[in-house]
Amino acid sequence: MGAVVEVRGLVNRFGRQTVHRDLDMSVAEGEVFGIVGGSGSGKSVLLRTILGLQQPSAGTVLLGGRDITRMGVAELRAVKAGYGVTFQQGALFSSLTVLQNVQLPMIEHLQLPARALDELALLKLRLVGLGADAARKYPAQLSGGMVKRAALARALALDPQLLFLDEPTSGLDPIGAQAFDELVVYLQRELQLTVVMITHDLDTLFGTCTRVGVLVDGKMVTDTLQGIVHNPQPWIHAYFQGQRAQHREVSHGA
Amino acid sequence: MTSSHARGNVYCAAQRRPDRIELALSGEWSAATLPAIQPELAALELGGQRLFIDASAARFDLSGAWLLHDYLAGHAAPGAPPEFTGSPPPALALIARTLATDPVLPASEAVAQTAWLDPAAAVEGLGRKAVRGWRLIEALLAFLGRVSYAVGRASFRPRRWRPISITRHVYDTGITAIPIVALIAFLIAVILAYMGAQQLRKFGADIYVVDLVTVGVLRELGVLLTAIIVAGRSGSAFAAEIGAMRLNEEVDALQAIGVDPIEVLVLPRLLGLVIALPLLTVIADGIGLVGGGLLCHTLLGMPLAQFLNRASDAIASTTFWVGIIKAPVFALLIALAGTWCGLRVRGSSRDLGRLTTLAVVQAIFFVILADALFAVLFMEMDI
Repeated sequence: MGAVVEVRGLVNRFGRQTVHRDLDMSVAEGEVFGIVGGSGSGKSVLLRTILGLQQPSAGTVLLGGRDITRMGVAELRAVKAGYGVTFQQGALFSSLTVLQNVQLPMIEHLQLPARALDELALLKLRLVGLGADAARKYPAQLSGGMVKRAALARALALDPQLLFLDEPTSGLDPIGAQAFDELVVYLQRELQLTVVMITHDLDTLFGTCTRVGVLVDGKMVTDTLQGIVHNPQPWIHAYFQGQRAQHREVSHGA
Repeated sequence: MTSSHARGNVYCAAQRRPDRIELALSGEWSAATLPAIQPELAALELGGQRLFIDASAARFDLSGAWLLHDYLAGHAAPGAPPEFTGSPPPALALIARTLATDPVLPASEAVAQTAWLDPAAAVEGLGRKAVRGWRLIEALLAFLGRVSYAVGRASFRPRRWRPISITRHVYDTGITAIPIVALIAFLIAVILAYMGAQQLRKFGADIYVVDLVTVGVLRELGVLLTAIIVAGRSGSAFAAEIGAMRLNEEVDALQAIGVDPIEVLVLPRLLGLVIALPLLTVIADGIGLVGGGLLCHTLLGMPLAQFLNRASDAIASTTFWVGIIKAPVFALLIALAGTWCGLRVRGSSRDLGRLTTLAVVQAIFFVILADALFAVLFMEMDI
């Protein structure tokens, strides 16, 4: 199994502040990889760099074995069609209906007949648990859970093999978050996806991820769930052994 | 016997047997190849016979599997479901399962679908529009009432005037607007003088260009153009700032803390603009007179001293004040239009754009309407 996402020697600097210093990260095919870190540790910057939205100060980012930091606009556009992303607030286009939101990537990248466009978009919505009546609504008319699901449907629009999720369960109630976790696991299994997610939710982390990368001091510590909880590094220890993590059993992860 | 459809086909080929049809699928079945696969499928003639499919040589993603699913649903022979020799594509089962189950999250309310030319719907639509219009008027009156109340309450409590905030708005709407206001005033005065000189020269009444420029700029153009520029600059800024705060739930947060949004968002902008616009008008008047004077000097060869003499004759004691008195009123209209539109933003960024545009259009409209009313008023008063 090759690495689907590979980051080598990544450095990100903003003025005098260094966010990442010589960061390495590797995600294998079929993994669900969770990225964890404190506020301001550079999780979002890392994601933006991997997505090709931001040029790193140094280092390489390989998606499917190809370096996206040295790519032209056209090449990068093709790479972007190969992955799906959901953003923290959903980032649904507010002037389009849910259906149109899902169709937008298809219209941009493919030439499909109108019926296939409608049916495929509806299929993607059904896949994430949304019905035809939700498809006609505008994002402002949706509940928080529906926004997250609609965003996931849009991320799946081009049948990507690689999925990035930024805080997929933030702002959801525990029941909604649990349902969303199950949905991600289900889709990952059925569609053989590789998933990279940023999350703060320990339940999500233990319920879905196969490996975890923790951002500490601008570098990434990567381990399995069983391994990471016993890591002696103070921040990691505090994160996984703190009050809020106490009631958790490691055994149901991985 | 090999079917004739096989030639040139990349994705599917049919073989006709006496009792059945064997369909061999190959290649990449995906959303990208869907437009190429569809005509191949459409050209197949199945003739109602039982279908055996071999999909082992093809690769399916979800879109490709949907295409197969869709085709089979439309072409299955009655009573004889298609059968796969070898394993069917896994995505096919996923699609069948997805479409068979009910969505997890039903939308809370179905969007009403009404026929296009339904008389009942037309009456209902008219009624809704009327009610909506009435509610808007109610909301406007409520807004004006709340602003008046906030002004009244604040005038007894000097601490509520929020001088720092007012100062910021005087700076944003006034000081930073000086260059553009000065430039426009100068150019308009030059245009006015030039046009006037061309026409008046025919009567040998060149000297009256001075009257035209001074009276025109001081009474009307100085204040009106300044107000229109400020409506475009600051009316839109007010609406966009407050609208973005609404989208960000900052206005709700203010209310939850127990702070009146009218008092902290509307009043400082209102007062700031009421202070700034008259000052800008004075600058516009001054620059306008300079522009007129310069043009008279260069085009008509009129010495500046003569221009000043003539100008002081032309100007009545009220001319300047008739212009400047309008400025606070215009400022009030611009600020009210901008802030009211901003506070009405709800839901989406599209609403924000719509109401920002509306703020500018309304501000300019009310400024010009008010100017017309002032003109009638001053005529009746003989000034």
